[in-house]
Amino acid sequence: MGKTLFDKIWETHVVQQIEDGPSVFYIDRHFIHEVTSPQAFKGLEQRGIPVFRPDQVVATADHNVPTLNQHLPIKEELSRLQVATLIENCKNHNIELYGLGHPYQGIVHVIGPELGITQPGMTIVCGDSHTSTHGAFGSIAFGIGTSEVEMVLATQCLMQSKPKLMRINVEGELQPGVGAKDIILYIIAQISASGATGYFVEYAGSAIRSLSMEARMTICNMSIEMGARGGMIAPDETTFTYMKGRKFMPQGEAFNEKVSEWSKLYSDQDATFDMEINIAASAIGPMITYGTNPGMGITVTGHIPTLEQIESSDRPSFNKSLQYMGFHPGASIRGQKVDYVFIGSCTNSRIEDLRQVAAFVKGKKKADDVEVWIVPGSKQVEQQAIAEGIDKVFEAAGFQLRQPGCSACLGMNEDKIPAGKYCISTSNRNFEGRQGPNARTLLASPLTAALAAITGKVDDVREYI
Amino acid sequence: MKSLSTITSTAVPVHIENVDTDQIIPARFLKATSRDGFGKNLFRDWRFENDDENQQKKDFILNNPLFSGKILVAGKNFGCGSSREHAAWAIKDYGFDVVVSSFFADIFRNNSLNNFLLPVQVSEDFLQQLFSAIEKDPATTLEVDLPAQTISLPSVGLTTTFDINPYKKTCLLNGYDDIDYLLSIRKEIEQHEKNMA
Ligand code: SF4
Repeated sequence: MGKTLFDKIWETHVVQQIEDGPSVFYIDRHFIHEVTSPQAFKGLEQRGIPVFRPDQVVATADHNVPTLNQHLPIKEELSRLQVATLIENCKNHNIELYGLGHPYQGIVHVIGPELGITQPGMTIVCGDSHTSTHGAFGSIAFGIGTSEVEMVLATQCLMQSKPKLMRINVEGELQPGVGAKDIILYIIAQISASGATGYFVEYAGSAIRSLSMEARMTICNMSIEMGARGGMIAPDETTFTYMKGRKFMPQGEAFNEKVSEWSKLYSDQDATFDMEINIAASAIGPMITYGTNPGMGITVTGHIPTLEQIESSDRPSFNKSLQYMGFHPGASIRGQKVDYVFIGSCTNSRIEDLRQVAAFVKGKKKADDVEVWIVPGSKQVEQQAIAEGIDKVFEAAGFQLRQPGCSACLGMNEDKIPAGKYCISTSNRNFEGRQGPNARTLLASPLTAALAAITGKVDDVREYI
Repeated sequence: MKSLSTITSTAVPVHIENVDTDQIIPARFLKATSRDGFGKNLFRDWRFENDDENQQKKDFILNNPLFSGKILVAGKNFGCGSSREHAAWAIKDYGFDVVVSSFFADIFRNNSLNNFLLPVQVSEDFLQQLFSAIEKDPATTLEVDLPAQTISLPSVGLTTTFDINPYKKTCLLNGYDDIDYLLSIRKEIEQHEKNMA
C-alpha cells in the first residue's frame, strides 16, 4: 500500500516504539523563543545536564519585544528579564540567537523559512502552536509545551503518538481578491475550530499547488486553529525555487542532490487518509470572523448566523461570543466600523503580504479615525520593504511601519488594542482578550484589512480591484 | 513532582465550551521565568473586572464560594489555541488535579499529562449529567480512579470509564517523567543519528 507524505517522514524519525505507548521521535530542528523556554532551561539545570545538540537549536526574541525603538532597553521589567534570560541561556548553552538588534531577528516562524533553516523532510518543533507554518515545505512541524521543550533540549527527542491523517483538497481557481488567508479561514469555518483535533493535515489540490511559498505558509500556519497538530504541503518546484540560495540551505551541487531526495516527498497515489475533505476554490469569498474563535468566519458579504442556525447545545457559547463582540445574530457584517488595523503576525507579515498591501493602498489615505499598524515579520522583511520603497507608501497612507515581533497578535508587549475597540487583524486568533483585555478582533486577509484601513469599515475587496 | 492515583473530591463546573488557553491564562501573565504562582491568574479576565483583584466578577464560577474542589469540569474542546504550558501550570497551581471534558485539544492534553494534571475525557452525555448534578448540589462528590480508569458520581450511582495511554498511566501512577526515560536511551538516540547521517 502507498505511503502518505507524513508516513514517509514519520518512519525515518522513529528511534524506538514503546510497547503500548508513544514513539520516541527524533527532532531535526528546534526553534526557541523567550516566553516558553526559560522554565525548560531551568529544568536542565536542576537535572545538571547540558543541551544535547545545541547546533540543532535556533533562538530568537519575538513574543515579548517592543516594536518601536528596539535599540533602547526594553521598558517593561518582566519582558526585559525574559529576553535577558534567553540571552543568558543561549550563551551558556552555545545556542545561536537572533536577538534584538540582529539582522536575522524576527518572528520565529518567519525567520526559519526565510533563512533556509526549514527544509523538506525535516521534523521541526517549537514551544509555539503555530510551528505548523513550517509544514509548508513538506516537513513535520508542530508546537510543543515547555516540558517538551526541555525534553528536546535534553535529548533531541519527544514522546509522540502517531496522529490520524487528513487530506484537504482545494481544487480550481480562486476569485480575484481572494487569497490564502481566505482559503484557510473558509476551511476552518467549514470544519469548526475543533474539526481536525487528533489529525495531521495535508493540503493538496490545484488551488494549493498554484500558491506561492509564502501563501502556503499562511495556510499551514492556521492548521492549529481547527485543532490539527500540524499541516503540510508536499514540496515541488515552487518550494525548491524559493529555497535555493538561502543562507542555511546546502549550496550548488549539494542543493541539487537534496532536491532529488526531496522530490520523493509526496503522498503516493494509493495512499489512504483517515479523512478526506474536498473544497471548491471558486466558492471561497473574502472571509472575516465575527466571533471569538477562528471557526466563526463568514464571507464579508454574508450574515452572522441566526440562533436557529446554531445547534441548541452550542447556543450559550454562541451568545457569549456575540455579546463579547457587540454583534447580533443574523446581522450583516459589511459596513461594520473598525478602529484599528493590524497587519502582522506569523500568518501574514511576510514581504509578499506587505507588497500586496502597498500595491493596494498606493496613492490612498487611511480613514481619519482608524489607527493602522504594520508590523513586519522579521528584520529582513523590514529591510526589504524599505529597499522597495514600501515604507514610503505606508507613510503617505498614514500607516505606521513598526519593527518586527509578534506585537498585537497576542498583546504581550505594549501593542494592545483598547477595550471595546474593533480591530481587523491579519493574525490567527480572535479569542477573547487576545489583543488586549476586552479587545474585539476580526480576522481577515491582508487585502481586506488594507481596504478597511482606507474605508474605516469592513467591505468587499472584490469591488475595489 | 507528585504522582496521581485516586482523586475523590467536589468539583467546579466551568460550563463553557471552547475554553482556549488565552482564557485560562492571558498572554500578559506569561512573562515569568519560573513555573510557580500561575494559579492566581487562572481565568484572570473572567474572574476580575478591569484586571483588579478587588473587583470579582460575581457570576463567574470560580468566585462562587459554593463551588470548590480538585476537579475542574468544563465544556467540550477544552484547552484549544496556544501551546502555552502555563495553562496546565495555572490549573494545577490553583489546586486542580483533574480536568473533565468531552473533548480536549491535543497539545493541552500532552501538557497536562506532563504536569500530573489528569485530563479525563467523557461522552457529551456523561458530561451534561455531571454538570447538572454538580450545579444542583455543589457538595456532590466525584471519584476519579486512575488505576481502574473510571470516573463516578457515587450519589447517583453513575460510572463511566476513560481512556489513557498505558505508558502515560504508568508515568502518572509512579511519578515518572519522559525526560528520565529519554535520557536512559541516549545510546539508541545516538545510534539513530548515525544511521540517518
Ligand atoms: S505572531 Fe502570534 S501566533 Fe505567531 S508566533 Fe507570534 S504570538 Fe504566536
